[in-house]
Amino acid sequence: MSINLGIPAVRTRGEGNLFAHEKFPTAAKRELKNQQLRANLRHATHTIRDKRINVVSELPDWEDLRESGSRIKENVMARLPELLEQFEAAFTARGGVIHWANDATEANAIVTSLIRATGETEVVKVKSMATQEIGLNEHLESLGINAIETDLAELIVQLGHDRPSHILVPAIHKNRTQIRDIFRAEIPNASPDLTDNPKELAATARAYLREKFLNAKVAISGANFGIAETGTLGVVESEGNGRMCLTLPETLITVMGIEKILPRWEDLGVFMQLLPRSSTGERMNPYSSLWTGKNGQDGPQNIHLVMLDNGRTRALADKNGRSALHCIRCSACMNVCPVYERTGGHAYGSTYPGPIGAILSPLLTGITAEENSSLPYASSLCGACFDACPVKINIPEILIDLRAQDVEAQHSVRKAPTEMDVLMKGASWALSSGTRLKFLEKGLPAGRLLAGKDQRISWLPGIAGGWTSSRDIPAPPQSSFRDQWAQREKFQKSQGPQLFQQSQASPKPTGKQGE
Amino acid sequence: MRIALFSTCIVDAMYPATARATVEILERLGHTVIFPTGQACCGQMHVNSGYFKDALPVVRNHVAAFSHGDYDVAVAPSGSCVASVKHQHPMLAHRCGDAGLAADAEEVGAKTYELSQLLTDVLDVTNAAEQLGSYFPHKVTYHPSCHGMRLLRLGDRQRNLLESVDGLEFAPLPEADQCCGFGGTFSIKNSDVSTAMLEDKADSIEASGASLCAGGDASCLMHIGGGLSRRGSQARTVHLAEILASTRDNPLVIPEAQGGVVVLNGGTR
Repeated sequence: MSINLGIPAVRTRGEGNLFAHEKFPTAAKRELKNQQLRANLRHATHTIRDKRINVVSELPDWEDLRESGSRIKENVMARLPELLEQFEAAFTARGGVIHWANDATEANAIVTSLIRATGETEVVKVKSMATQEIGLNEHLESLGINAIETDLAELIVQLGHDRPSHILVPAIHKNRTQIRDIFRAEIPNASPDLTDNPKELAATARAYLREKFLNAKVAISGANFGIAETGTLGVVESEGNGRMCLTLPETLITVMGIEKILPRWEDLGVFMQLLPRSSTGERMNPYSSLWTGKNGQDGPQNIHLVMLDNGRTRALADKNGRSALHCIRCSACMNVCPVYERTGGHAYGSTYPGPIGAILSPLLTGITAEENSSLPYASSLCGACFDACPVKINIPEILIDLRAQDVEAQHSVRKAPTEMDVLMKGASWALSSGTRLKFLEKGLPAGRLLAGKDQRISWLPGIAGGWTSSRDIPAPPQSSFRDQWAQREKFQKSQGPQLFQQSQASPKPTGKQGE
Repeated sequence: MRIALFSTCIVDAMYPATARATVEILERLGHTVIFPTGQACCGQMHVNSGYFKDALPVVRNHVAAFSHGDYDVAVAPSGSCVASVKHQHPMLAHRCGDAGLAADAEEVGAKTYELSQLLTDVLDVTNAAEQLGSYFPHKVTYHPSCHGMRLLRLGDRQRNLLESVDGLEFAPLPEADQCCGFGGTFSIKNSDVSTAMLEDKADSIEASGASLCAGGDASCLMHIGGGLSRRGSQARTVHLAEILASTRDNPLVIPEAQGGVVVLNGGTR
């Protein structure tokens, strides 16, 4: 019997919430003005960042663990079709039903029909990136099905009619007072005297959610892992609300990206160490739930899994970018990213923000999709993300590769070169020959004139104005180093060897400016 | 030892004093410095901006200038350019299927060192005051540039050298490992984010209490110095090589800032 893996001949372009709808610099400019957001982000990312460094430094074999995680994922990517078949066989043998979805539309349709078959109009949800990616909640809402997020932060975002801005801490951009206001307005039985005391806030959410858990017949989850060997699914979380969803309702529908497969049960040993340390800065997860099919009369009796492609095979086909699929959604990269820290997650447009989002979104959708071509430039290439990544995704290298894909794509559709094209072409000509550079450096004194009396250049035209909008450029020197070197060589020929300083072409220090 | 100097394009054109200081340090240790005149630039700006096609001639030129040369090692006073030579050149050569270029690039890369790397690992310089006569009586803080720190894994090499300079008072930089926001064309394409990062770096430098911020990359220093200058700060930037080259007999003189105008470590020396 042949198994339909759902992998189409023409690779699917990811759809759903994977797109930037405006260019990153434009979105970033707006977000940068939000001082409250920046303060919240700075506080939160620095706290998690410090916790992570602490618990990582406890492990003498951290680098080996990272290497193991990376190798296991490489192996998964190389053998994905085979592992998916193995998983399907094991999952089905234990009473699960598997569905294959090429894209967001198919996945949403599958989930909808499964819910409709139960006759329910309200479902509880475990926090899930995959369902956010496909826009499941909005889709269900449009059909009159109410999907309630049960992760506390996710609930805050949902009740606030807002979008998550961080993978791990979706409400990272909200402070306590803002949360109190949301609860007062949106939770039916919330006390009008509710304060912003965290204990009170948690108790209010708890009372609201308990009622939902006990009445729910259907739950929707994502999955952190799927073990091919056993057909097991796994979710890790911090509050136990996920476990309520996974155990109380009769029907459990899981949506999982096809890249979440791990070959063997024992591989969990590596990832259960890597993930909590990298994401929450904890040694282990407070709640780790694993389920393998039906279990007697206990727990959900209808177990479904939607296997989601939505651009993943497209990313897999990119040999330089495919390691982005190693991502275990820990958020360590965004917690150390100086760009994310200042702009927040909404600037990236997609469900996946930060450094991983800057590569994952365009890999899933294609670089030319909407404004996603601006995402790979949203990085100073400082490399902090690569250092923090528990599965060693070389994010800076993939960013550069995607930039090259963008330049090529732009050049193939554009007739007239941009200012940047002209600049790069000219610089390439000038910088690919010592003779040409030497010739151009004869113009340095002209730059000194431009700098004027105060020895600095404070305004430049065109795209270079991006630099002088906030930075000066010092007056150039009288002559280039290569000229000074040539003069010394000449000097040495006639006068014999000298240390450089005694024979240098430029004036001796006098302590005055402008010499 | 015969040491080939890779001055880098920005040092060659904007900061010749940094290149002179590099030569001076190496000659003081008794080594012969040569300057392959065909050199121009490592091509990092082109590669990092995604202009692979325009990067290729620049990379070819660098590899040709330094290939099969009559020298033992090459040195550059810039961590990011060295990282580009070591990592990006072979990558680009492989991309365009030029096995000969790739082999030459690997060879050049293996012989190329960042200044503090060469001093510490090859020339056994651990005490700048004793071995180089370095003297610099100023309060100095230090920004470890990202590529030196994360791509070359320079560790404490630059800082240790600085701290061993006679007369130098070292002031730690708060959040030193944070990027200054330069990032090549990032500073132009995402100017607002870059500026926000720069502001925080400038705040850290001012909080350190130092009058000077040292570093090993002229480009990052130009960025940080340009921001300090714009905000009228009294603090300014200086390259590590120039501090190491400074002696009691011939000290690097830092002119007073006048009316908020700051002269960077440019042509004056």
